[in-house]
Amino acid sequence: MTMTDVDLPTAVSQKFPSATARPSLDCPAFNISAGEAITALQFLRDEHGYDFLMDLTAVDWSAEKSPRFTVVWHLYSSTKHNYMRLAADCANDAEPAMPTSTGLWAGADWHEREAFDMFGINFTGHPDLRRILMWDGYPYHPLRKEFPLAGLPADFHDPEVSAETKTGLISAPMAGGPFVATPGEPMSDAEPRAKDEAWNEQREKPE
Amino acid sequence: MVTANSELAYNSKIEGDVVVTTADAAINWVRNNSMWPMPMGLACCAIELMATASSRFDIARFGAEVMRFSPRQSDCMIVAGTVTYKMATAVRRIYDQMASPKWVIAMGACASSGGMYRSYATLQGVDRIVPVDVYVSGCPPRPEALLDALMKLQAKVKRERSASKLLSA
Repeated sequence: MTMTDVDLPTAVSQKFPSATARPSLDCPAFNISAGEAITALQFLRDEHGYDFLMDLTAVDWSAEKSPRFTVVWHLYSSTKHNYMRLAADCANDAEPAMPTSTGLWAGADWHEREAFDMFGINFTGHPDLRRILMWDGYPYHPLRKEFPLAGLPADFHDPEVSAETKTGLISAPMAGGPFVATPGEPMSDAEPRAKDEAWNEQREKPE
Repeated sequence: MVTANSELAYNSKIEGDVVVTTADAAINWVRNNSMWPMPMGLACCAIELMATASSRFDIARFGAEVMRFSPRQSDCMIVAGTVTYKMATAVRRIYDQMASPKWVIAMGACASSGGMYRSYATLQGVDRIVPVDVYVSGCPPRPEALLDALMKLQAKVKRERSASKLLSA
């Protein structure tokens, strides 16, 4: 059983008066400004033993919200066996940016590349900020809210293959999908099925 | 003293047994029974592909046990698994590198149609980039299903007009 770090909220609020407690169902969590994020991470790593970066990810709160993007760090203490979470909003909604944490953890490198690839967050000071899952030159950031699950048409990253096959990326035929199993069903009925079975590739979607 | 063989007809005492056939049948017989797969194992279907090659199912019975990891030496690409767009160009490139004649088996739902991955990252069926000869349903298909696909492909190859194709090529 992991103990909660009871001293942490006081220590963080003393050191960073602008930090606020973040609603959390598990470990202690704080909101902090983007400018103070790296200092806070270093403080947590060096003074409070949160020496391991478990995860670094981002949230897109949708295009209507401002601030739109939030970067989230999950830290783990290998001495106290505790987790904690830190979140910082990106100031610019159109071109979100965040200082890199690769100076603190080398492992942040690929996490930040993934957040850049999926959300388009520019981690300033990152040594090698390239896409990691999609290929260089892919025109979209797929985990942004406005991006459809089925995808958008684009070219293959290999122009020779595009020329040879005369095809490219398409919007996947959703046919009433996404195809998911409903929880609570008997196992025999829990096959992934379209949410809306009124239409498919052959039958037009009813208006 | 040795005399020249002046007989015009075939002499079985000299030549041994001879089977008369057509060029198509002979070529197809050779191709059928040494259809070396290019194992394009991309996801969980590859596990079933490995099982098909193992002793229990024994794809060697059909002459297709020689999995070649070089496209230059393989005849039949078995696309076993989810083809992502990022991988799709590599699949096409490997197909292009295979020497003719070549065939493609799309193994499983993902390779045939994109399967459950109706997503921005997945190619919606490998037939969008390479010509597929046989589709195998299943997620993943059982090894028997893959063997059946191989037999279907062999039946298809048996009907090909290989000799005229070779001459016109």
